[in-house]
Amino acid sequence: MADIAIETRDLNLWYGTFQALFDVNIQVKKGMITSLIGPSGCGKSTLLRTVNRVNERLGYVRTTGSVDVLGQDAFGEDVELARLRKEVGMVFQRPNPLPLSIRDNVLFSHRIHRGNAKASKSDEDVLLEDALRQVLLWDDVKDRLNQNATSLSLEEQQKLCIARLLPVKPSVLLMDEPTSALDPKATAALEELIWSFRGSYTILIVTHNMAQARRASEDCAFMLLGKMMEVAPTADLFLSPQLPETADYIEGRYG
Amino acid sequence: MSLFARTGLDEHNRRVEWLVKTLFLLMTVLLIIPVALIMGILIQRGAPVLSWGFLTEVPTNGMTAGGIFTALIGTVWIVAVALLASVPIGVAAAVYLSEYAPDNWLTRAINLAIINLAGVPSIVHALFGLGAFVVFFGFGRSILAASLTLAVMTLPIVIVATRESLQAVPHAFREACWNMGATRWQTIRRVVLPNSISGILTGVILEVSRTAGETAPIMFTGAAAFLPFLPQGVLDQTMAMSLHLYVVSTQVPDVPDALPFGVALVLISMVLVMNATSIAFRIYLRNKRKW
Amino acid sequence: MVDNAPKLSVRNLSVRYGDKQALNGISLDVFPNEIFGIIGPANSGKTSFLRALNRMEEFDANMTVEGDILFEGQDITAIRNVYALRRKVGVVFPLPVGLPMSIYENVAFAPKLAGIKKKAELDEIVERCLIRAALWDEVKDRLDALGSLLSGGQQQRLTIARALSQNPELLLLDEFSIAVDPVTTMRIEDVLKELKEEITIVLVTNLVQQARRLADRTAFFLESELVETAETEELFSGVVKDQRTRDYVEGRFG
Repeated sequence: MADIAIETRDLNLWYGTFQALFDVNIQVKKGMITSLIGPSGCGKSTLLRTVNRVNERLGYVRTTGSVDVLGQDAFGEDVELARLRKEVGMVFQRPNPLPLSIRDNVLFSHRIHRGNAKASKSDEDVLLEDALRQVLLWDDVKDRLNQNATSLSLEEQQKLCIARLLPVKPSVLLMDEPTSALDPKATAALEELIWSFRGSYTILIVTHNMAQARRASEDCAFMLLGKMMEVAPTADLFLSPQLPETADYIEGRYG
Repeated sequence: MSLFARTGLDEHNRRVEWLVKTLFLLMTVLLIIPVALIMGILIQRGAPVLSWGFLTEVPTNGMTAGGIFTALIGTVWIVAVALLASVPIGVAAAVYLSEYAPDNWLTRAINLAIINLAGVPSIVHALFGLGAFVVFFGFGRSILAASLTLAVMTLPIVIVATRESLQAVPHAFREACWNMGATRWQTIRRVVLPNSISGILTGVILEVSRTAGETAPIMFTGAAAFLPFLPQGVLDQTMAMSLHLYVVSTQVPDVPDALPFGVALVLISMVLVMNATSIAFRIYLRNKRKW
Repeated sequence: MVDNAPKLSVRNLSVRYGDKQALNGISLDVFPNEIFGIIGPANSGKTSFLRALNRMEEFDANMTVEGDILFEGQDITAIRNVYALRRKVGVVFPLPVGLPMSIYENVAFAPKLAGIKKKAELDEIVERCLIRAALWDEVKDRLDALGSLLSGGQQQRLTIARALSQNPELLLLDEFSIAVDPVTTMRIEDVLKELKEEITIVLVTNLVQQARRLADRTAFFLESELVETAETEELFSGVVKDQRTRDYVEGRFG
């Protein structure tokens, strides 16, 4: 199926003896924004982190079932993690720019993935400007590209964290509550930015803010206690949820 | 060809990764070799003199025969008195620094002083002990003077270990207690100390092995080269394992070759047993850990 | 309700941590036997407000508090015995903090601090508080088990039992349901509705719907300031003075 970017089948995951995911099945459509909602501890971040396999760094994680990314088994034997993570970028809850200049932050992954091949300064300049323009940051920072990225405001830092994924041309972006550390104005700006990526990237976004899921996603998946409860177009899920648990959650009965 | 298949770049990266990892492993192995060699040589050359009598008899024939009983007991005395002095002071100071002290220049200066104290060479401590405890306080050359010198030298070990284990107790526990109207001391006594005891004890046991092994600080302050009887109190002089090893290795003629190795083997075994106890105890307490 | 004397009267309260302003000029009243809700996004000053009420600045050299807080008409900065104040004020944290001691000891901790020594009296307090916190049936056979090894939901009810063991007149809850499953959340909410008959409750929550279900009046905090305080019903039916409140309640940000 060419229009599916991420597909999990019967995905189970354990942290040691604690089971965090139970038979999760979901298809994330290519070029769409899909939000993952559910109360704290429901496994939404775990699911997100399974897609680019960052969970494995914790030695005690065990998974069964399968995750396909762009039609390829992400847990296949010949999968090189560097290739997978180049294709699947990740944005975290707290902006985490590297303690380098704005310029070096944006070009970091590009430099790693290009290996020893020399790139001219002008090639890098093009990539840099393009990435920063995509996240609407170029005009604000173009005169201080050598400044340390940690001196930017939180909103700018989070935009930069998105920008640094772009030069290696990923197709999937994973976002783990990307606006929860931001104020209202910055949240709106980030949501607008994410919305503008629609069609260009497949985006899977974890959020605890139901209204954000409603505003800024096309498909919505509701998880509860490690299980995938319901996946539907966002408007449908919020207007006519199929399960009472979903209805309770989106009405704020718990969280 | 899979989308995520390995490329030439990945092959290169993997080779570099392997090279770096192997190099670091090699350095680690290099570190272990001397330790293994020391133990091997000590066992091989010291084992012939080991016997029950070696541990329970007084040295005889100008220390060329007999056992090491007086030195062994002397070391126990010195260690015990040093602990009695340093543990209460060290733990109290650590509790103050961790739980009470405001974060200001004075606290930072004290912390710096503690780190520096740990870096002072033991021979300097020895001279300090001679001046302060032997001469100024008039304890003379005695167990008390030697032990106090060692206590001063090992205080940083206790303080640092205690402070770190206190800080490992989650702050949330303290907040919960304070919010219930507990004072700082009530919180420390009922929640913080009981849950950091394993780290404190680890520090104490580390201190024991350090104290048992030091030579210079006790040489000037209370350890004697040869005494055929046991000390009767803290103001007596005593023999000690570390000094005995020094004396039989360098100062006494016609010592059988195996004898110094035997002394060293007993001393190092003492230290190893204490360290092993420390590790076992830490594992035991960690398994009992309550959060 | 409003014609009562306020249980808690806060005037022009500001909190700073070092140079960082956490709360700026808050004034509000909390009346006896109400649940007073506080909503607002992360870092809006909600937790700092609760910390100031219990004079936590004494344990945090970095924290400075300015303004007046009157508890039953008495200025709490003038109270000599702050430990007695804290015993009258129970606190429940976002993440359950079961102290690393037995379930029994967790609940008996505060009464022991208050000088109660008799076993029978402590037994009675422990049982009563655990029943009130809807935890008794699950733990009555293992009161010697470690409190910190209970499940998250049970631990949170344990901390509520512990807060009740102080016989508090004021109960402060800080996002208590953040790490708790839905069923436990509903049980605790029911407990709070009952408790309201006897004590005053300040409920900080990140769930606007929870404030709607529980609170009689609700205050909206944003960026260290109090935007407005209103009857909860009004707030949710759109009778708000400030557009930002409507935006938040409707989930436009946060």
